[in-house]
Amino acid sequence: MFKRLRYHIAVFFSVIGPGFITAVVDNDAGGIFTYSQAGAKYGYLPLWTLLPITLLLIVTQEMCSRMGAVTGKGLSDLIREEFGLRTTFFVMVALLGANLTNVMANFAGIASSLELFGISRYISVPIGALIVWLLVVKGTYASVERIFLFATALYVCYIVSGVLVKPDWKEAAIYSVKPVLFFDTDYIKLLIGMVGTSVAPWMQFYLQAAIVEKGISAKEYVESRIEVIVGCVVMTIIAFFIIVACAGAIWSVQPREIKDSTDAALGLKPFGQYAYLLFCAGLLNASLFAACILPLSTAYTVCEGLGFESGVNKRWREAPVFYWLFTLLIVIGGGVILIPGFPLVRMILLSQVVNGMLLPFVLIYMTIIVNRKYLMREWTNSRAYNAVAWTSVAVMIGLTLALSIISLRDISG
Amino acid sequence: MLEHIFFTELMGLKVYDLKGRKLGRVRDAALVPLVDRFRVDRYLIGGGWAWLSVRHDQIDRISLEGIWLRDEQLTPYHRDDYMLRLERDLLDQQIIDVHGRKVVRVTDVTFQLHRSNGHDELRVQEVDIGLRSMFRRLVQGVVPRPLVRRLMVHIPINSIRWEYCNIVEADPQRRLRLNISTQALETMHPADLADIVEELGPSDRQALIGSLDSEVAAEALSEIDPDIQASILESLTEMKAAEIIEEMDPDEAADILAEMEEERSDAILEEMSDEDAHDVEELLEHHEDSAGGMMTTDFISLPAASTIADAFAAMRLSEDALESTNTIFLTDGAEQITGAVPIARLFLHDAATPLEKIQTERLITIPPAETKTRAAELFDKYNLLALPVVDPENRILGVITADDIIAVLRQD
Repeated sequence: MFKRLRYHIAVFFSVIGPGFITAVVDNDAGGIFTYSQAGAKYGYLPLWTLLPITLLLIVTQEMCSRMGAVTGKGLSDLIREEFGLRTTFFVMVALLGANLTNVMANFAGIASSLELFGISRYISVPIGALIVWLLVVKGTYASVERIFLFATALYVCYIVSGVLVKPDWKEAAIYSVKPVLFFDTDYIKLLIGMVGTSVAPWMQFYLQAAIVEKGISAKEYVESRIEVIVGCVVMTIIAFFIIVACAGAIWSVQPREIKDSTDAALGLKPFGQYAYLLFCAGLLNASLFAACILPLSTAYTVCEGLGFESGVNKRWREAPVFYWLFTLLIVIGGGVILIPGFPLVRMILLSQVVNGMLLPFVLIYMTIIVNRKYLMREWTNSRAYNAVAWTSVAVMIGLTLALSIISLRDISG
Repeated sequence: MLEHIFFTELMGLKVYDLKGRKLGRVRDAALVPLVDRFRVDRYLIGGGWAWLSVRHDQIDRISLEGIWLRDEQLTPYHRDDYMLRLERDLLDQQIIDVHGRKVVRVTDVTFQLHRSNGHDELRVQEVDIGLRSMFRRLVQGVVPRPLVRRLMVHIPINSIRWEYCNIVEADPQRRLRLNISTQALETMHPADLADIVEELGPSDRQALIGSLDSEVAAEALSEIDPDIQASILESLTEMKAAEIIEEMDPDEAADILAEMEEERSDAILEEMSDEDAHDVEELLEHHEDSAGGMMTTDFISLPAASTIADAFAAMRLSEDALESTNTIFLTDGAEQITGAVPIARLFLHDAATPLEKIQTERLITIPPAETKTRAAELFDKYNLLALPVVDPENRILGVITADDIIAVLRQD
């Protein structure tokens, strides 16, 4: 009995990585801004959405990790094999566009968080880009993953700064389980935004590819599933502390709209230097982390789907398309931040639109593939699971479409 | 007349009967590899609601404008496991490029169009994987065929000759029906084969290793990542797994068996010949990360009084051990190790010279419980070629060779 348990724990630690990293990176610069906004403007009220968000995230992530473990193939590989080149091509182009703007948003996060420490963006962005580039090009998968796991540990910054602000824990606990809905356009918009940013197309591709790269097999799948669930829960806990910190520091003083994440950090300043510094450090870490993963995952996915050589274990000459894509994403993503007057906010809104257009396709393809017997054997969805899966897919599609319509209106308005 | 036609052009081509009436469009084409590996044997036509099957000798003429038949006795299409359907089974799937030694994804197929016995015939010439074929796929059915041909000349080609293509098929029954031979794969270097196996998904991997000759499979397998090795062997029948493991060096075999669940590894050991199983079981007793865990039990040892002629005779008898052997060990009556003779030295003296005379000045050994790192240190310090592992009574248990040390160094 004890021996079996020990075996399972050992396997759990051997599969740790993909699920954790994916879920946590979901709280990137864009996510942090959305959660900060929620806390600053509406206090503890939006906390209840975190529970359904976690469920949606678990359902979609679980299917991907299962597909990866059983088929040993990436999601873009499977889409190519099952739906053909043309479909794959359009999905990849959309993904490239959406992820490029995501990379921009995260380089903007790096720039603004370091500007709070008095470091000019003309220094921080090029250095950040170089670090990201060197890490992936010169590292191996195992060492890169180790650094990524370390970065996920740094998210603890948010938990500490949330505690330092001394929010009203009772209120926080109540509103975590008590749904509050009232008709206010901005409030509804915010709730949609929170859900809409929680499941992004790139995550599905990244997670599945990471599972395959790590060589997790169907046999180790039980542990891998637990890892994915734990990752999603950790992501929610971090989101919870971001909202609570902003609710305690900004909303309880004077509810207001914040301009960006650094605005939220400044709002924490009256509650002590540490709360403020940790919030900034958290933003820097999250942005840097996402700026690493997004270009890497994008290059990987696109090359896989279109049949180019890919992987950090290959050399530049063996996988030129992979490395060029990766490099260009970083150079362009970081470069535009340095252009004065670049319409960054519009680009980010646009990326939400593209994400919103792409996600329905990705989720539907996923759910179709995961039900194909000849690929998944005994690992297809059960009937009950399918009901949950299709409902989640429908909810996600509805909300992201709503979000992209809102974003479109904001762009034109 | 056309010399080549692409699968993207063939798809959707209109098919006309003898009176020039349109029957439908081409929906897929199939080879029957057991009959002919190259010729397109069947054209599947979708008209109304059912698919029709057109045999290759029922066709008169093929061009970019359409296909004209010379015989109208068409049969409805039904599933046939002997057919390799290009759209379903080949397009967008992974195949092995035996010549380029990698796994690639098929984007399009190039046919050679030629006239034989008074009718047009298509023969598969190449599988296309490059940007040019990607362009054809993307504009297929949207841009007229002649225009596609004119535009695509500016894009580089990347194709693989059909002879070098090896289809990946997980079902062993269907492998036979599709006449997929592993001959070409078996001529590849085991390390290249291992890279290919690692790139495939689990079920394809298992099928491939399972269908290879045991000796080749063993060589390839020993180059693969240990976790993958174990999961592949666990999926094979115990018989096949035992066959492959018998072909491997005992130390590698022990490493793989140690990764498996005990029930499974016991069952495989049961299937192996007693002698091989015994060697491996002995190694399994040692911890994986110790000197005992990395040694091999395939080595040559001789009584100290033997001569060079005896050494050559012993080497001829132990062909298996020879590949990784560079040193012969000497033992006394109680089987205790007394010396070591690098093989190269055998060539410097005449056949009657006793081995004791030419043994190395200093004999370095290591106990089985020592760490791998310690073994590597000894190799470095004394510039060793081989390091005997000995028990407390100084009896030789096995030998660590330089290739084991390289594996340790690469891991760190």
